[in-house]
Amino acid sequence: MVAVTVAVIRFGGSNCDRDAVRALEHLGVDAEIAWHEDGLPADPSGVVIPGGFSYGDYLRAGAMAARSPVMTEVREAAAEGTPVLGVCNGAQIGSESGLTPGAFTTNRSARFQCEQVHCRVERADTPFTAAFDEGDVVRLPIAHGEGRFEAEDDRYERLVAEDRVLFRYCDADGTVTDAANPNGSKGGVAGVLGERETVAVLMPHPERAALPDLHGGTDGRGLLRAFA
Amino acid sequence: MPLAPSDRELVVDELGRDPTAAEEALFENLWSEHCAYRSSRPLLSAFASEGPGVVVGPGDDAAVVALPVPGTETDDQTRYSDTYITMGVESHNHPSYVDPFDGAATGVGGIVRDTMSMGAYPIALADSLYFGDFDREHSRYLFEGVVEGISHYGNCIGVPTVSGSVAFHDSYEGNPLVNVACVGLLGEDRLVTAAVQEPGNKLVLVGNGTGRDGLGGASFASEDLAEDAETEDRPAVQVGDPYTEKLLIEANEELVGDDLVRAARDLGAAGLGGASSEMIAKGDLGAEIELDRVHQREPKMNALEILLAESQERMCYEVRPEDVDAVREIAGKYDLGCSVIGEVTEDRYVCTFEGSESRGRETVVDAPAGFLADGAPMNDLDHVEPEQPATDLPDPAPDLRAAFETVVGSPNTASKRWVYRQYDHEVGTRTALRPGDDAALVAVRESAPVDAAPGTGLAFSAGADPNWTDVAPYDGARAVALENATNIAAKGAHPLAAVDCLNGGNPEKPDVYGGFRGIVDGLADECADLDVPVVGGNVSLYNDSEAGPVAPTPTLAMVGTKAGYDAPPAAFAGEGAVLVVGDRALEGEAVPLGGSEYLARHGGTDAFPEPPRNNTAFLRALADVADHDATRAVHDVSHGGLAVALAEMVTGDAGADVSLGGDAHRLLFNERVGRAVIETTAPEAVAAAVDGVAPVHEVGTSTPDGTLDLTAGDESLSVDVADIRELRSVIERQME
Repeated sequence: MVAVTVAVIRFGGSNCDRDAVRALEHLGVDAEIAWHEDGLPADPSGVVIPGGFSYGDYLRAGAMAARSPVMTEVREAAAEGTPVLGVCNGAQIGSESGLTPGAFTTNRSARFQCEQVHCRVERADTPFTAAFDEGDVVRLPIAHGEGRFEAEDDRYERLVAEDRVLFRYCDADGTVTDAANPNGSKGGVAGVLGERETVAVLMPHPERAALPDLHGGTDGRGLLRAFA
Repeated sequence: MPLAPSDRELVVDELGRDPTAAEEALFENLWSEHCAYRSSRPLLSAFASEGPGVVVGPGDDAAVVALPVPGTETDDQTRYSDTYITMGVESHNHPSYVDPFDGAATGVGGIVRDTMSMGAYPIALADSLYFGDFDREHSRYLFEGVVEGISHYGNCIGVPTVSGSVAFHDSYEGNPLVNVACVGLLGEDRLVTAAVQEPGNKLVLVGNGTGRDGLGGASFASEDLAEDAETEDRPAVQVGDPYTEKLLIEANEELVGDDLVRAARDLGAAGLGGASSEMIAKGDLGAEIELDRVHQREPKMNALEILLAESQERMCYEVRPEDVDAVREIAGKYDLGCSVIGEVTEDRYVCTFEGSESRGRETVVDAPAGFLADGAPMNDLDHVEPEQPATDLPDPAPDLRAAFETVVGSPNTASKRWVYRQYDHEVGTRTALRPGDDAALVAVRESAPVDAAPGTGLAFSAGADPNWTDVAPYDGARAVALENATNIAAKGAHPLAAVDCLNGGNPEKPDVYGGFRGIVDGLADECADLDVPVVGGNVSLYNDSEAGPVAPTPTLAMVGTKAGYDAPPAAFAGEGAVLVVGDRALEGEAVPLGGSEYLARHGGTDAFPEPPRNNTAFLRALADVADHDATRAVHDVSHGGLAVALAEMVTGDAGADVSLGGDAHRLLFNERVGRAVIETTAPEAVAAAVDGVAPVHEVGTSTPDGTLDLTAGDESLSVDVADIRELRSVIERQME
């Protein structure tokens, strides 16, 4: 029998891999770390590309990891419908590898920012947002220096037309404003979908908002339930 | 700084010949103030470093302390679990002046490797930073670079920066201080020390290639900084690579987990020579090292360069011969260099080098390891006892609103959000109480006796206040110790252990040395009184510049423990009575204003208020009160006095209506430590808890409106949260 397990990929420099496993296990989801050179385990029930600084973010954030052999396997798994979630550096890797549209680049502040943000759920019909309703406001932490979402105007219009924006930064009431946009992301985009709604990336960290004993909120659980 | 003639004589006597160039350089570095603590070691015996939970005390890379079994912290017989933490602290002062970004970054790297050397995984960092006047552009340049360097390195290696302090004071103008503390976590079975175990075992170097960076860093750290130090000394500052450090952390974790490591030490001050000779000395054995076997980043390095370079991200391991291949494999997995550089022998520390075939293999070092590591003579220096200043208060005194705005709006007491927002303080998913509160609370679930029970909430506080120790080194240092302990108790935790980072100026000046002795004795006495063992530390002297010596600065990093990860916030809830515990000024005592931010801003001098003695009962009562169901908020009163403590507790939804009887300025701005503000819906329970231990005063009520209404004597003041936030955002406004 093949164990049904979520694979959390560890690149050199990943640093949220253990956190993702801890959060998933807290929800009763079986998860294990997969060292990138060993490839994906057989038939994973899902794939998480965790945060961190893969390859030290030398070149561009996520650029080197995106070109590693394991990402070919991830793209194949994604194409077959396996849920794939990229978080923070994992979002940068996801966009660099073509899993999702757009790019994440240096924050408007040009500084690293670790703080709580609000995000509005733009699509509730995906496995990552099934726990929410469209328009719900979720509270999640961010921790990144390069999280500003960017896409050329025509590509941005296309991804909006295709309804691939999953989250936008907003204020506590759910209004998308410039003041509530922590990093200058285009359209306040915090997370986007790939070609299938089973593939998503976002800059905020759901795994840091899953454990009630940390008093940082538990809105992240809703996203991670995609793997349950 | 060449080897002093008297030291050279000792070396010649011991070796029976002139030292080689490599030996001379090795002695110069290992016998420097930075490595050998020549002026401070005679004082450090004042510290009580033992205790029932202390597993490894001072002298190794980091200290190791067993965590109490959660829930037994205050039992008569505290039981200790087999979950250990490491504690270490390090200064990177001189490098951070010359190159703030890289200097501070490598300070983080060094203390993290000290943690790894004990077999531990790093779980939390705290930074205490000290700069010249915030109004000066150069201070802000150093501040910005240091914070960015810490942010860059700490974030990348995935170790959360959860606590710390920032202070601005004239005396740091030409010599900022960067003190970094790290806590690591390990199980009993993973403990490793620096002492080599067995002749015949191999010495293996894992990590970065060795280059010519950081040559002579230890001796550089033991000099005054000259005016042109920023440009001249750059070659002595190392450049860090956090990506390699992260790989090294994971490789170390795997090496320890697979039981492949017999002894370990990171390569810091004096590089390979420092690390390997200390490992040998601690094991009371010898070694033979072939320097040309070290993997190198630059061509044609000579023996002396390989021996002393302070290239970062390197570890030296003692490995059984049969385990060498397994070590190589793990290093290879993480793309880390690995070289077998020699082996442990029965005695003497010997380094050979084959630079070219024509010259053959030469012996470049041959000395007893114990003599290298511990042979430096100690300095017996003159000192002058510091005196407290006379009372000379601002006259006329500023009106209450002006004083309030000046003190609450001072960069020293202002919000440090601009700093900690740049640090990833949540990676690791252990941070249950975030920066900006009195102490951080880190969840150590591993110590839970059974899965369903809570583990240890590890409270972590670090800092010092130069205003206090500048006026009164001894009492100021006692206040630093009590204030850190109060931060911990305010979150319901009980102090467990501390490490110190003692920073001072040139000890050869009797007044400077007198001040330095004062902070050592003050910290030692108060920690002993609190029953908190000081399990390790670091000394940094010769922090002098054109601006003179730095204020003697005793950074203390203290941890405390409680069962579980809940703690009261430091912000008002808007529904309870407001109490102040431990406040003698409210009791009618004439508490002086010395060392206060109030005097620092308005000019004037006064004696520093003597901290109370015998504080363990007070701290225990405060910790109990913090965990009362009726408690809504607890906040330590210290920097900036009661005025700042109250202002910090105001939120958009809650404020307070507070009335004090007496001299407004003294009541609101004195910085006598050992006090806390408590908001509670059961004030009588607080009174009962501290009865006979500390005075308690009910000074008002918390209100659900985000305004602080303050009456003191015949003066009164009303400020809303918008005003307070504006005042407290001075750093953010200036730095953005």
